[in-house]
Amino acid sequence: MPFTIHLSIVVFLPLAAGLIAAFLPSRAGRWLVVAASAGVLAYAIAMLVDFDPNAGGLRYVTDDNWISELGIRYQLGVDGLNLFLIALTALLWAPCMLWAALRTEERSKLFMFHMALGETAVLGAFCAQDLALFVVFFDLMLVPFYFLIGGWGAGDRVRATTRFVIYTLVGSLLMLAGAIALGVIAADGGDLSFSFAVLEDRIVGEGTQKWIFLMFAVAFLVKAPLFPFHGWVVDTYRATPTPVLVVLSAVLAKVGVYGFLRIVLPILPDASAYFQELMLVLAVFSILYGSVLAFSQDEARLVVAYSSIAQLGFIVLGIFSLDDKGVQGALMQMVNHGLVVAPLFFIIAVLTARAGGAIALDRMGGMALRAPVLAALFLIVTLATLAMPGSPNFVGEILILFGTFEDKLVYGLVASTGVVLAAVYMIRVFQRSMHNRLVPGEEPADLGGLELAVIVPVTLVVVALGVYPQLVLDRTEEASTAKVAPAAQIADGGDRSVAEAR
Amino acid sequence: MIELAQIKAPVIEYRELAPLFALLGGSVVVLLAGLFNGAWVQRVLVPVLAAASLLCAMGFTIANWGAGDSAPIIEGALAVDSFAHFMSMLFYIAGLVTVVLSLRAPVARETGMGEYLCLLLGSIAGMVILAGAENLVTLFVGFELLSIPLYVLCAGEVRRARSLESGLKYLVVGSVGSATLLYGLALIYGATASTDFSGIAEAIRVEGVTGIAAGTVSATDPLLLTGVAMAATGLAFKASVAPFHQWTPDVYQGAPTPITSFMAVATKVAAFAVLVRFFDQALTDAVTQWAPALAALATATILIGNLGAIGQRSLKRMLAWSGVAQAGYLMAGVVVGTKLGVQATAFYLAVYLFMNVAAFAVVLARERSTELGDDLDSLRDLGRASPWLAWPMTIAMFALAGIPGTAGFIGKFYLIDASVAGDYAWLGVMIVVGSMISLVYYLRVIAVMWMGAFEISLPTIPPRRVRPVGGWSPEADARAQPEVATVAILAAAATIVFGIVPSPMFDLARDVGSSFSLLP
Repeated sequence: MPFTIHLSIVVFLPLAAGLIAAFLPSRAGRWLVVAASAGVLAYAIAMLVDFDPNAGGLRYVTDDNWISELGIRYQLGVDGLNLFLIALTALLWAPCMLWAALRTEERSKLFMFHMALGETAVLGAFCAQDLALFVVFFDLMLVPFYFLIGGWGAGDRVRATTRFVIYTLVGSLLMLAGAIALGVIAADGGDLSFSFAVLEDRIVGEGTQKWIFLMFAVAFLVKAPLFPFHGWVVDTYRATPTPVLVVLSAVLAKVGVYGFLRIVLPILPDASAYFQELMLVLAVFSILYGSVLAFSQDEARLVVAYSSIAQLGFIVLGIFSLDDKGVQGALMQMVNHGLVVAPLFFIIAVLTARAGGAIALDRMGGMALRAPVLAALFLIVTLATLAMPGSPNFVGEILILFGTFEDKLVYGLVASTGVVLAAVYMIRVFQRSMHNRLVPGEEPADLGGLELAVIVPVTLVVVALGVYPQLVLDRTEEASTAKVAPAAQIADGGDRSVAEAR
Repeated sequence: MIELAQIKAPVIEYRELAPLFALLGGSVVVLLAGLFNGAWVQRVLVPVLAAASLLCAMGFTIANWGAGDSAPIIEGALAVDSFAHFMSMLFYIAGLVTVVLSLRAPVARETGMGEYLCLLLGSIAGMVILAGAENLVTLFVGFELLSIPLYVLCAGEVRRARSLESGLKYLVVGSVGSATLLYGLALIYGATASTDFSGIAEAIRVEGVTGIAAGTVSATDPLLLTGVAMAATGLAFKASVAPFHQWTPDVYQGAPTPITSFMAVATKVAAFAVLVRFFDQALTDAVTQWAPALAALATATILIGNLGAIGQRSLKRMLAWSGVAQAGYLMAGVVVGTKLGVQATAFYLAVYLFMNVAAFAVVLARERSTELGDDLDSLRDLGRASPWLAWPMTIAMFALAGIPGTAGFIGKFYLIDASVAGDYAWLGVMIVVGSMISLVYYLRVIAVMWMGAFEISLPTIPPRRVRPVGGWSPEADARAQPEVATVAILAAAATIVFGIVPSPMFDLARDVGSSFSLLP
């Protein structure tokens, strides 16, 4: 190996750049942050290339004492589970930074600083291999987004951001209590440790698992969001500035569901099996609810918002199918959803700009002939979103449904209708905005340089993954199987003996 | 030949008492120096002397700390242990901060810088005694020495009705608290026949716990329990633990802001120092009796404090209510009655000091440079106007809310850890619930500073006006009072540093915990 990869550099590079930028002139500062996010992207690509799918376990581990008194370690690592999520974060943050650097007029340095802090926090949450460290990064994520939405948002932005932060923090504070309780109870008087590896070995009693599971589940479901916890979504999606919304929807939502895979399934296997049905019901409900509401929205952003709820429902369905295939499909779908949502929001921003700032769908239309590049790119991501065969989403959803069919046929059948509904609402958005007549006041110009620069690369990755989904599947298989195994065995009627045998 | 009665001169432990001598001597010197007129004496010499006295006390305390724990001095009345040293250091820091914040304060001009700082040093001496009290009498002496100067200081702005009101309210409520405490202490003495903490602990010792013979008094003795309840009530007044907190918002709002900040920080630390020592040392064997009651108080305090803060427009009132809530969190560390609990409380007290100093310094700075007093609106758009004040306030609010990256998060983590480990998991959950509620008002402050114009629907209270320092100009603000901004920035920096590198503070806390050898 020609070089070693230090995850600390990956995680803290954006924040460092953001801090230095605060003391530079505005222009230089902005570009420094953009460069840092490009650096992270380069690092992530190097990691993808370097990653050996056949070698198991954690790679590029950093493991130091952080707070020895509380047993908290500064432990970072990469395996199949988070490799692609880190890559996704890096890939999506870079264009958002670029967009932000060029399109933010007011207090742009501060904007960039918060974006950088957000990238650091998200990467930290994905890399963390210690529960307490994960909680730290998970909560820290909210700080920059609070400022970004409240400071640069549109409309009733302060209300939106307060709602968003309180919703999510209520969840994550519960998780904090659950995490501490888990650490203390699992230690059982011995050395306190929050390391995932240690906690996976110290399985706590089923009763304890259950209430801790609920605390974690609330945190992750709010973040995702899933059906009864989505109260913050509408306000937030309306108010958030475009580059922030892209990462919020594409990446932040994934941290929650990632938490299920990384923490809940392996550490609380009994409770996962116990609450499997409940989670499946929530997932299916989210799919139907999100799809139906997406169909009836007038604002393009909200269509995507509700479709995200449905998509996240699919992901949770895959995870709680407690089946190898389902989990792998969920992982694949996490990446896919991020990849298609990002260009969608950028395109919506472009459409809104062309329509003179209007956000309603009926103020758009007739762009296809006059802006062919835009229309083509839009079509690609639309088809990917509705899981057309040949798109990576198709692979992901099929795997999820296969996983569900094996044991939970009914849920799988109901969820399948979600795939059909997705086709309906996505095509509706595409038709409304691209076909029909030009609406008065609309300026049908094709994509500009910046817009191409942010939309095209991500779309190319979508196409590439559609052609070669094996890239993801090969590298995630080993890790996802290992994480789901204990809970799956318990759900299949196997006893706690599995857990105890480890 | 008549033999004269042999008088044995008492041994005076000069080394251990040195910090107290420095403080009390300093307060006399400051008072006398303040008698001289002249701008230089009033503005420079007197504050410098007061700061020097605090620094001397700090130096002596550090020297004593380095020498290790020794047996209690003055016939077992005053402890010389890491716990007392740690708390004393917090008092000195709070004192230094108050001296700096008072440099341009109208209250110091009106009372006279000499008298003002003399009282402040006297109050700090009372706190130091209180933190070391190993005896019911010492406890009460420290308690009163702490309180009486504060009554005067609260009413220091003699030409302002609100300040007088604040002083009077504090005097009345504080006296009730003191009387209750005194009564309780008398009952405890009646039950255990001892004023020494060690004697009380011996009297109620449960057999088998420490391998020493059981005491003579049952832990359920009604006389003892009544005494404990009354003493707890008296101390709860000082710590503003609900339901004995009602005075807090009024007094905090009316008092001159440097004094408010001193009360919010130092008095709280002192009250918790004595709560910890009293309950976790003298009464540790009766833990099953008092712990559920204190846990109930903690819960009520967390809820009442946080709910009360939501409706506040005045920043000082808001911080007062938030202080009530924080007292509830701190109480959790006392309730569990373990070493871990003591350590968590000590840690959180230190953190609490930094967060609140940062917040109050900013409130003070804005109060002096806007016409809006301590109204929430005085912070309007501060992020743009003077980021050097906005950032410390932001950090303080995040830390108080317990957001990671700040010491407030680690402190709460430690407290929850102690609660769960001490079989009070539900109290840990209460801390979390309290933090959730607190987001509403902490985030509102941040939103006002950074997010431009928006409506806040809160009942308006007529703002109190303070003579301007920076000439009402928001831009001149930070530059006109560099010392206030410096305090805010330093305290905020400490909040961040201890949030990222908390190990030094943990080492201190562990050292503090070692003072309590009886605890599990």
